[in-house]
Amino acid sequence: MLSVEELIIEQGDFILRADFEIEAGARVAVLGPSGAGKSTLLGAIGGYVPLAKGRVVVNARDVSGAPPDQRDIAMLFQDGNLFPHLTLAQNVGLGLRPALRLTKAETAQVREALARVGLAGFEHRKPGDVSGGQQSRAALARMLIQARPLMLLDEPFSALGPALRSEMLELTSEVARDAGATVIMITHDPKDAERASDQIVFVDAGQAHAPRAVADIMADPPEALRAYLGV
Amino acid sequence: MAQRAGAIGGPVASGAVFVLILAALVAVTSKADWPVRFDASDWAVLRFTVWQAVLSAVLSVAFAIPVARALARRRFAGRGALVTLLGAPFILPVIVAVLGILTVFGRAGWISQTLGNFGLPPISIYGLQGVVLAHVFFNMPLATRLILQGWQAIPAEQYRLVGQLGLPARTVFQTLEWPMLRQVVPGALALIFVICLTSFAVALTLGGGPRATTIELAIYQAFRFDFDLGRAAILSLLQLVVAGTAAALALWILPPLVLQSGLDRPLVRWDARGLTHRLLDAGWIGAAALFLLLPLGAVAVSGAIGLGQMPSSVWAATWTSTWVAVLSTVLLVVMALPVAAWLGQSAKGSAEAITLLGLAASPLMIGTGWFILIYPVANPQSFALPVTAMVNAMMALPFAVRILVPGMRQSFADYGRLSRALGVKGFAMWRIVLLPRIRPRLGFAAGLGAAMSVGDLGVVTLFADPEVATLPLQMYRLMGSYRTEAASGAALLLLALALGLFWVCDNWGRHAER
Repeated sequence: MLSVEELIIEQGDFILRADFEIEAGARVAVLGPSGAGKSTLLGAIGGYVPLAKGRVVVNARDVSGAPPDQRDIAMLFQDGNLFPHLTLAQNVGLGLRPALRLTKAETAQVREALARVGLAGFEHRKPGDVSGGQQSRAALARMLIQARPLMLLDEPFSALGPALRSEMLELTSEVARDAGATVIMITHDPKDAERASDQIVFVDAGQAHAPRAVADIMADPPEALRAYLGV
Repeated sequence: MAQRAGAIGGPVASGAVFVLILAALVAVTSKADWPVRFDASDWAVLRFTVWQAVLSAVLSVAFAIPVARALARRRFAGRGALVTLLGAPFILPVIVAVLGILTVFGRAGWISQTLGNFGLPPISIYGLQGVVLAHVFFNMPLATRLILQGWQAIPAEQYRLVGQLGLPARTVFQTLEWPMLRQVVPGALALIFVICLTSFAVALTLGGGPRATTIELAIYQAFRFDFDLGRAAILSLLQLVVAGTAAALALWILPPLVLQSGLDRPLVRWDARGLTHRLLDAGWIGAAALFLLLPLGAVAVSGAIGLGQMPSSVWAATWTSTWVAVLSTVLLVVMALPVAAWLGQSAKGSAEAITLLGLAASPLMIGTGWFILIYPVANPQSFALPVTAMVNAMMALPFAVRILVPGMRQSFADYGRLSRALGVKGFAMWRIVLLPRIRPRLGFAAGLGAAMSVGDLGVVTLFADPEVATLPLQMYRLMGSYRTEAASGAALLLLALALGLFWVCDNWGRHAER
């Protein structure tokens, strides 16, 4: 579904290498110490970080040179996922129409997506008027409506409390299942990784390792992961 | 790479401005007699231009330092209003201020009358002292704001430390304030010097004669009185060289033009608690407030009396000025938006360079050039108002860009990535992201541009025939024919128009959806 082929990213002195494949429908957690290059890796896949070498292939299509919106990828960032001056419905509507001229059917679709994440009746609220959890829900509603085969999550829920965060991860899994999408998400918390993913890509010392099944890798963590987890 | 906002419009708009100025320059150069020779009177004009700019800059800053210090360390009722008032000269029409200054300081003004009651001779403010006085009136507030910014940039923690250690004012000055002033003052001096170099309306109304003529005024006189295009051309080139050189030298020390910021945020200070310090500060603040408010009050008082005396030509001129200002503001916004978006995505420093261009370009040089270009094909007088609107927009462009660029930079930093993620680009990028984000700044910049345009007495004096006039020009004509009461009425009207246009635009911006 996604293959990252002999990827090299250079940012000043920092170099990150990656070479792996991810199967369709997988839920992959990216784990590793801060500064290891997790965000850089997702940024490169999403089209925000230039590649020094290698290719990013999504569904057998080389997207290495494509702009972010033409990669069949939807992405949520750590912050700034919603425009504060637009209503939640408008923010979600952008996922369908970047020029925000929606047909009646599309407007209904937006309303359904908001209802699906528990935000029925919140269409005309602004992000500033709702809670952090509701903002996350709105962002997920947009991912749902974007219906891209690959979803990238760069810790969009890290500002939420533990209970709310696991609720959002649960909702993310549901949204991904509804959309039939593959999910790659960055996390700091091995528990989150165990709960919400099937595979783990471990990033350390400038290298993104190929994904391994969660049970597998947790049963016998490599040396660097052992150090990171503190076990 | 996807096409970015302003990637085409920015260079196109900048290029258009550059071409408009260059065309004027070429036209002017073609009329100059080669080789260019300067006679004694040209040197006198140059000497006066530089000397009055030096005096204006030094006096403005010298006055501004104690006022800014007093404002920085005192809290009192009306402090916020006074700081706001310090921003007013930006939107105050020059000719209105000049009339106010004349009403207070002129031969028949309030002070001269008071002196007369004691048998003393009246004071005269025509010539160097008048030009400098008016320039200080306009630029002392600007300098105060710039220096106050410097004071407020000193971290509050440092003052807390000062209070805890009980440091005397002298030590505070040496350790905290002097290093800050050394950074801020050169920039303020340079900025005011460059602004005063190309001053026209002040010199036109308060200067004149062989001893008090600026280059800009000399261009006007050569053009209007002698219709000597050759001499106007030579003077224009001189102006370009002088202002351009000064602006280029000043570029590295020009301060950032923060026109709206939290300057009204008072700070708790524990130093300078003595009675002497407090009285001194109160004295400086009172003097500054009086210096700014007296002429404005004079305009309001004599204007209210003069409103009934205004000839109907004033109303026609009011209408003309309004649509010239609206046209000018539209042109300004159309140029400023793409340029600001473009510069907002490029390296810092580019916005400073464009400000430099605007400060160095002389409106009368551009006006002269376009007169020369239009003259062979059409009657330039019929283009007086469109050319005025265009030149006004170009003169306000550097300020507008300076105001918009930080907002653009912030919008791209905060929402550029999200926009790319969603494929929001092109016109949708403007409509959905950029315009809503920068609306407060856009309203402020447009208001400033509209007020500057409506109050401008510059290029229109070159072109206009007796039938057509903008409100400032009509007011100037009334003053010239000693119809002071009618002129005062027109001044009040002009003041209301400038403030009104500013308010409409700024208020639109403030109602941004957040």
